[in-house]
Amino acid sequence: MELHVSAHKQLGTFSLDVDFTVEGDRIGIFGPSGGGKSTLVGLIAGLHHPDRGVVVIDGEPIFDRERGVNIPAEHRRIGMVFQRPHLFPHLSVKGNLLYGFKRCAHRYRKISLDSVVEVLQIDHLLHRGVRNLSGGERQRVAIGRAVLSNPRMLVMDEPLSGLDDNLKFQIIPFLKSVCETFTIPYLFISHSLTEMRIMTDRVLCVAGGRVEAQTTGEQLARDATGDHPSVYMNLIRLKGPRRIDDMCAYPWGEGELLISGASGDEEALFEVSSADIILFRRHPEAISARNLLQCRVSELFNTGGRIGVALDCGGERLVALVVRRAVEDLEIREGVEVYAAIKATAFRQLG
Amino acid sequence: MPLFSHSDYLAILLSLKVAVVATLLSLPFGFAVAYLMTFRRFPGKVGLDVIVNLPLTLPPVVVGYFLLVLLGQHGLIGKWVLQPLGIKLIFTWKAAVVGTAVVGFPLMVRSIRTGMETIDRRLVEASRTLGAGWFDTVMTVIVPLSIRGIIAGSILMFARGLGEFGATIIVAGNIPGVTQTIPLAIYDYVSSPGGDAMAMALCLVSISISVVVLVFHEWLSRRMVRAD
Repeated sequence: MELHVSAHKQLGTFSLDVDFTVEGDRIGIFGPSGGGKSTLVGLIAGLHHPDRGVVVIDGEPIFDRERGVNIPAEHRRIGMVFQRPHLFPHLSVKGNLLYGFKRCAHRYRKISLDSVVEVLQIDHLLHRGVRNLSGGERQRVAIGRAVLSNPRMLVMDEPLSGLDDNLKFQIIPFLKSVCETFTIPYLFISHSLTEMRIMTDRVLCVAGGRVEAQTTGEQLARDATGDHPSVYMNLIRLKGPRRIDDMCAYPWGEGELLISGASGDEEALFEVSSADIILFRRHPEAISARNLLQCRVSELFNTGGRIGVALDCGGERLVALVVRRAVEDLEIREGVEVYAAIKATAFRQLG
Repeated sequence: MPLFSHSDYLAILLSLKVAVVATLLSLPFGFAVAYLMTFRRFPGKVGLDVIVNLPLTLPPVVVGYFLLVLLGQHGLIGKWVLQPLGIKLIFTWKAAVVGTAVVGFPLMVRSIRTGMETIDRRLVEASRTLGAGWFDTVMTVIVPLSIRGIIAGSILMFARGLGEFGATIIVAGNIPGVTQTIPLAIYDYVSSPGGDAMAMALCLVSISISVVVLVFHEWLSRRMVRAD
């Protein structure tokens, strides 16, 4: 998908002024609250209109003030998932799911109720009213409702912000699988760096009503390490654990990662701080850390006085954060072999 | 208990007829005005609000008098709209309907607005991004979600219509069997010697109808709460 927006919108004292073209099927819009993210997606979805400018999706202008083009929201085929589910309280779960589907022209109906219900695992809810659903169930129905309208693009405006951490990481796999299964390109809006890294490839940074940069979630995380108290977090998705004593061993790269305190789920997402990884030039004889990985340094990058060391561990990637003196003492350069030690307790399971 | 005369029965029937017709006639307009006031921004909104609510604060007699001036043979609407169409309104039961509608209109609009204001705007946005046009959204989201306000407004207006006196007596007169409603009949009995018993009887009829209406409203609201 290619999205081009060049628009100006004045809202009281706040003004949104953007001009960008972005390509990709997993596009993120990242920035602080009040920076104009929601206003921007409102213009794209047709809920608000720019004072001047154009909005073009895949070469088709959906708004052009000068040429008098303004496709109304209901004909843009842009599905929205909001921060809160906003389900229709007078309709059942099924009624909500089919609301957009019934209004979608027959030629666009590629996604069926059954397939969405299966992917989102909501078949047991179909005939319930929406008032008695849990928070996670509601948001899943809201996602299904938007997907079933068979949109050309999905806009998700902070869809996870209303959920607690636990629920958030339960919903993410559903979001990902629904978009992948039905190949719907999406715009994902969030102020969470972790969500950006999991959900998107290209990222637009929006702040103060301007697009400040176009980057990637990975780059964003590295940049944030420099001027942010929080350090770079490695996100690692692991599958197929094996129990060893009270730990879980997940296959990773050419070996295994030993993790303490994991739930033992078939598939899980872990985060490990780049500051919790210790580097050795030679194999340490005896060490308490349960994970000792032989890796090759693939890249060094500067983040606010400290050095990020990107490691290639049997095809997998890891970033360790060290101070400059350590890099000098250990003579760490691109291409050298090092050992990375990670304690089994340093991993935090997300969700 | 004295037996009602023929014209008393007509008065009871006419009261019901006027109130029902005025309510049904006002419903689409009341809904439209409530919708405009709740969901739309437009120049002159405050003006519309004032005009709609004016009958609530004015003496009904004043409303009746203005209607008489407006709809009468020499009035703006009477002369240029009604006469060419061959419609005679003043001093017919239809005039009573118009008077009742105007006086009760603000009550209906207020009730519907109260219902509409509880609707989350995001639901309207959601329905539009799901492909529902403006009218579709009104019919499938706004009407069902403000139905309680619509019912409450209709019942309130109907109940108010049963008791309409001031505007009715001016635009429709007090013609037994033609334009005389319950309140007008009571007025007649009270002002004629020996009519006290009949006045009281009609008052009891009036009270009974009101009680039935209010009980019906209560029953309906409870049923809707349970349906939720």
